[in-house]
Amino acid sequence: MATAQAHTETKWWSGGKSPFNVEYGKLMMWYFLMSDAFTFGAFLISYGTIRFSQNYWPDPNEVFNAFPLAGHANLPLAFVSLMTFILIVSSVTMVLAVHAGHNMDKKGVIKWMIWTVIGGIAFLGCQAWEWTHLITGDHAVMINGQIENIGTTVTMNPWGPAANVAAHDGHHVGTPGPVAFGGYFFGITGFHGFHVASGVVINIVMLIMAINGTFERKGQYWMIEKAGLYWHFVDLVWVFVFLCFYLI
Amino acid sequence: MEHAIQEITFHHEPGGKEVVSKIIRTTVILSVITIIELGMGLGMYAIPMAAGLKLFLKGVIVILSLAKAFYIVGVFMHLGEEVKNLIMTIVVPLLLFVWFIAAFLYEGNSWKNLRNTYNPKQAVTAPAAPHEAGEHH
Repeated sequence: MATAQAHTETKWWSGGKSPFNVEYGKLMMWYFLMSDAFTFGAFLISYGTIRFSQNYWPDPNEVFNAFPLAGHANLPLAFVSLMTFILIVSSVTMVLAVHAGHNMDKKGVIKWMIWTVIGGIAFLGCQAWEWTHLITGDHAVMINGQIENIGTTVTMNPWGPAANVAAHDGHHVGTPGPVAFGGYFFGITGFHGFHVASGVVINIVMLIMAINGTFERKGQYWMIEKAGLYWHFVDLVWVFVFLCFYLI
Repeated sequence: MEHAIQEITFHHEPGGKEVVSKIIRTTVILSVITIIELGMGLGMYAIPMAAGLKLFLKGVIVILSLAKAFYIVGVFMHLGEEVKNLIMTIVVPLLLFVWFIAAFLYEGNSWKNLRNTYNPKQAVTAPAAPHEAGEHH
């Protein structure tokens, strides 16, 4: 804000200069991100509306308590914390790549873009594991007087209120929860994952262009900045997906 | 064409060490906020507490998430360094979310209340008096 204050003395609208002081592509990236924010916002608000309309909603601490190679250990939110930190770190490496670009530091850009791509792929790997675990992980549920083992999908939700029966083997038996849970979870985290995947592709293209010296010949690294805006937006959306699905 | 409008009239200072230290400081802030949020989320699960306190903690987590969003957009995306008018064209439309969230969550809650209090028998056996029909649709 301090720099914006210092610039207010300039007469931006008197002609001869660009009032927003940014390159066209960057401005359009901002407006695209704003429209994308409304798309994600609409999805999340729709989820909130349905959740508020239900008498029962699964506790995220019970649903998301698994960790790879940890067996049946009860580790609430541990894995999603790891995913969150992976995304934060890859956002930091991206901002360092943009910074290196400002300084025309080709080696720095390449190094930090490689780390950013690795972070994005690691996040997608984590999400693939989490989805697989939810879909294939069976839970005993009382359906029409019979105990059935079901996973979490867009049509089934084993995370309902506890049933009034004690299972013979002492296992927890529940009733089916609201079906909307799986639909919203897979829909919204999937749409976010699609953004991460396209961001990784964009970052790989930027990395190849940086290695080939395209930006060095142009004399500026603005493309890295625009890809960076998109990548930070993906991190920004995750803050709210994390908030809505895992924390509250 | 000698007076062609330049898109970028002012270049931001490239900056050196102080930019990197600002990035590191923001990273630390984001990580600490995330850890606090996780601690509160786990606390709501592990410690039995009143519904009101739980709701209060959820509210605090929402505010902390907004703080994270502010740091990501302001520092990592450098929106804070842009011209004020540009910042406003991005931020002002997003104010629609205030109404959007309030209206739809109210709607969801009302939906739940109507479903919970709806009694099909009552609706069939209690017809409204003719002069009140207009009010009770």
